[in-house]
Amino acid sequence: MIPALSIILIFQLVGEIATRSLDLLLPGPVLGLLLLVLSCSLRPALAELLRPVVNGILGHLSLFFVPAGVGVIAHLGQFRSDGLAVAVALAVSTALAIAAGALVFCAVVKWMGGPRE
Amino acid sequence: MTNAALIWSYLTEGPLLWLTATLLAYWAGDTFFRAMGRQSWANPVLCAVIILACVLGVTGTSYQTYFEGAQFVHFMLGPATVALGMPLYDNLHRVKKALLPLIAALLAGSITAVVSALAIAKAFGLSEVMLASLAPKSTTAPVAIGIAEGLGGEPTITAVLVLVTGIFGAIIATPLLNALKITDWRARGFSLGVAAHGIGTARAFQVNETAGAFAGIGMGLNAVLTAIIAPLALYLFQ
Repeated sequence: MIPALSIILIFQLVGEIATRSLDLLLPGPVLGLLLLVLSCSLRPALAELLRPVVNGILGHLSLFFVPAGVGVIAHLGQFRSDGLAVAVALAVSTALAIAAGALVFCAVVKWMGGPRE
Repeated sequence: MTNAALIWSYLTEGPLLWLTATLLAYWAGDTFFRAMGRQSWANPVLCAVIILACVLGVTGTSYQTYFEGAQFVHFMLGPATVALGMPLYDNLHRVKKALLPLIAALLAGSITAVVSALAIAKAFGLSEVMLASLAPKSTTAPVAIGIAEGLGGEPTITAVLVLVTGIFGAIIATPLLNALKITDWRARGFSLGVAAHGIGTARAFQVNETAGAFAGIGMGLNAVLTAIIAPLALYLFQ
């Protein structure tokens, strides 16, 4: 568990250092994600070493959003005047984006005549 | 009475109390979610947030005090993002096979998210600061905050909008995609990851492993694309 956890933290650390020193728009952890994929592709044994810890973390991905979510309550006052407009903009645009993404994906799969899986 | 007050003041000084409370609230939320047969409206993040907000309100605890304990949980967002590389690695061959649909869906979802949000906000006459804060709301929090700052938005407002977008997306995805008769798990997961970042991805993993993997890919790709699209779209609406 400790080697796997260390390796994951090292990927994040390298990602943070690289994005900050190179002024990339990408956040450090996303670069860390790419490093993990690259490293596992080069050394498949690494994937098996990391897998148990990764599964443990991803199994409770929702938990990690809770503290930031509580922060929403602390900032609700800022939306007193614009609340309705913001709520409509968020709700409609999110629903449209999910629909557009999924429909386009299926349309292109169909157009290519590929397997639907 | 004095004793209880002493214990309380001791507890509020360390991270133990609010770290425990965060885990308990999530446990309760997750139990409720399972008990409701994994219905999307019983979102465990939403349940946990409501429970904790009530507890903080009743005990008169500030968010700063709470966050001193909860920061250990919050910190795990970084390693969790790195860990999302594993389902991507496991699905690399499927990603390569579906490259064209992925690119098309990414462009459609990302542009729709930014442009429709700005169009509605503009129609309601929201301020330019609000527009700039709103533009990157479908992308993952650290990226969204960076983009909003660059556009002259308010980072704290963006953080709130990102979270609300994620929770809303996670709640409506299943009924919406069922209504549209989308059965391809790749399409369902990917579009949710693009529109509702990490919270949508977490939701997708609860429903289906493939959907979760593709949601993680969508989230990662949209983090890059929104950084390009948001400034362009905002320029159109100013």
